[in-house]
Amino acid sequence: MATVARPAERVQTQEAGGGTLMRVALYVLLFLISAFFLIPLIWMTVTALKPQAEWIHPNWIPQNPTLSNFQRLLNNPALPVFLWIRNSFFVAAIATILTLAIDTMAGYAYARLHFPGRNILFGLLLATLVMPGVIFLVPNYLTVANLPGFGLNTYQSVIAPGLAGVFGVFFMRQFFQGIPKELEEAAYIDGAGTWTTFWRVALPLSLPSLSTLAIITFLASWNDFLWPLLVMGNPDRMTLPVGLALLQGQAVYDFGGIMAGAMITAIPVLTLYLILQRYIIASVAMTGLKG
Amino acid sequence: MASVTQRAQTDAAAVPSAGVGRRFDIMPYLFILPHLIFFVLFLLWPLLYGIYISLFEFDFNNPAFRPFVGIGNYRNLADPNSLEFDAYWNSMKNTLIFVVISTIPMVLSALLLAVLLNGKYRFRNVFRGIFFAPWSLSAVVAALLGWWIFNDQAGIMNGFLDRVGLGTVAWLGAQPGAWIAIVVVTLWWTVGFNTIIYLAALQDIPESLYEAASLDGANLWHKFRYITVPMVAPVTVFIVTIQLIASFQLFAQPQIMTRGGPAESTKPVIMQIYQEGFGAYRMGSAAAMSIVLGIILLIITTLNFRIFGRSEER
Repeated sequence: MATVARPAERVQTQEAGGGTLMRVALYVLLFLISAFFLIPLIWMTVTALKPQAEWIHPNWIPQNPTLSNFQRLLNNPALPVFLWIRNSFFVAAIATILTLAIDTMAGYAYARLHFPGRNILFGLLLATLVMPGVIFLVPNYLTVANLPGFGLNTYQSVIAPGLAGVFGVFFMRQFFQGIPKELEEAAYIDGAGTWTTFWRVALPLSLPSLSTLAIITFLASWNDFLWPLLVMGNPDRMTLPVGLALLQGQAVYDFGGIMAGAMITAIPVLTLYLILQRYIIASVAMTGLKG
Repeated sequence: MASVTQRAQTDAAAVPSAGVGRRFDIMPYLFILPHLIFFVLFLLWPLLYGIYISLFEFDFNNPAFRPFVGIGNYRNLADPNSLEFDAYWNSMKNTLIFVVISTIPMVLSALLLAVLLNGKYRFRNVFRGIFFAPWSLSAVVAALLGWWIFNDQAGIMNGFLDRVGLGTVAWLGAQPGAWIAIVVVTLWWTVGFNTIIYLAALQDIPESLYEAASLDGANLWHKFRYITVPMVAPVTVFIVTIQLIASFQLFAQPQIMTRGGPAESTKPVIMQIYQEGFGAYRMGSAAAMSIVLGIILLIITTLNFRIFGRSEER
């Protein structure tokens, strides 16, 4: 028996040996690629923690680590970084809440309710998906500049054009089309109206989709650059990305301060990403399959 | 009264196709109204308003002087002797250069990363999380990191090259360094997005195809070339399309890293429109430039679907 078993054993170890080598090569490759993605973030952190004398030196561990870059940045009266942080949080939070509210209702109507003009309207919505955002910049700028209740340097002007977006409506419609109709029918038979059925039956089922849409909207709003750059010329009203660009334009050689600013902008979204990574990745995969 | 309305709604839910002979119900319109208001105001109206503005010499700061110029702004873009012609088409050329040199690396490396992530091994999700992390950052942060790393004098890239004896390179101050830096930063920032979409597509390929190929003696390359690539072809068309659109909108990276230089060689068309409309306040001309760009982009994405969408049907 033992002699019979031996060749089989040898084959197994050989396979395992080849497999181990492949595995080592795989992990080496994965670590190299990970380094490519992580090094810029590490270098940002290292620079932000270095005193000025060390900025241009390629040492990866600060010899005299310091928070002076952050202090200088946060105490600069010309650059109201605390206001930028507050503005960014406020704009992203309001944009997310409003997007969820209006896109959920619209998505539900386009998925489930029947009304004259529905298909034409939805076709119109879809048609704008292929249009590049740049053609809306000039006219929307003039619209918010002149519209009563809006105006330049206002939060509503930064937020409102994003609420026109079609992606969220499309996304929620796809979700509502996928849930079984029987639950809503049962609610109607029990005498519930359209709103009650939507609010009590359909909406609770959509919580996972809602959170996906919330994450995508928050990230997009937090990271947006060109539109807030146009609308928020007043430093007190800027969001972090716009303020960062201003900072870089004003203090071109303050590498430590600029990296500290980049860190302040990156940390909230990277934290969000670390916590919600699985959902974010799943949501992106979903948007791909939709296309 | 209420019960009649409810009955009508019951029918609507129970019989999806029954659209005739029912009472008019305002409720569905109330559901879509909040979105529709913003949609009309900021996506539908600006299409018309943009065309309207493009027919005027439209200075934002000078409401008293806004003469109607007809197709004058468009004629300027077609007239080689106009002031706008060179600036606009130079920026368009720069954008096309970026589209061409960025699309292939962005799509190909995404596919390779996805294949790598599709294996079965430990910590796979950790690596996936690392590759995708930069996507969550603002373009401004990504561009600032690139600007600092590729800084000609003080950047770590030149510090490293100098140390290993390769000498320094003028990354942001000369070509092709500036384009290389911008493409690398863009790849670093967004390749994770394409990778995740490819990964989802790879997970839909039946394992049995690869097993059958193994039995026939196919090696890794054969499996990649004759199973993976054809199976993800529809997703490739989708990724190439969104990549084209995204690359055409290039703005933050050159704005932060090179200011469009050296010698305006990385100034993309969005930066040109931005400067025309919001630097020089010539908004009629900027609107015309945007519309021409929009039309070019529509033609390219349509062609992409026609050509690749068709070849994939064969």
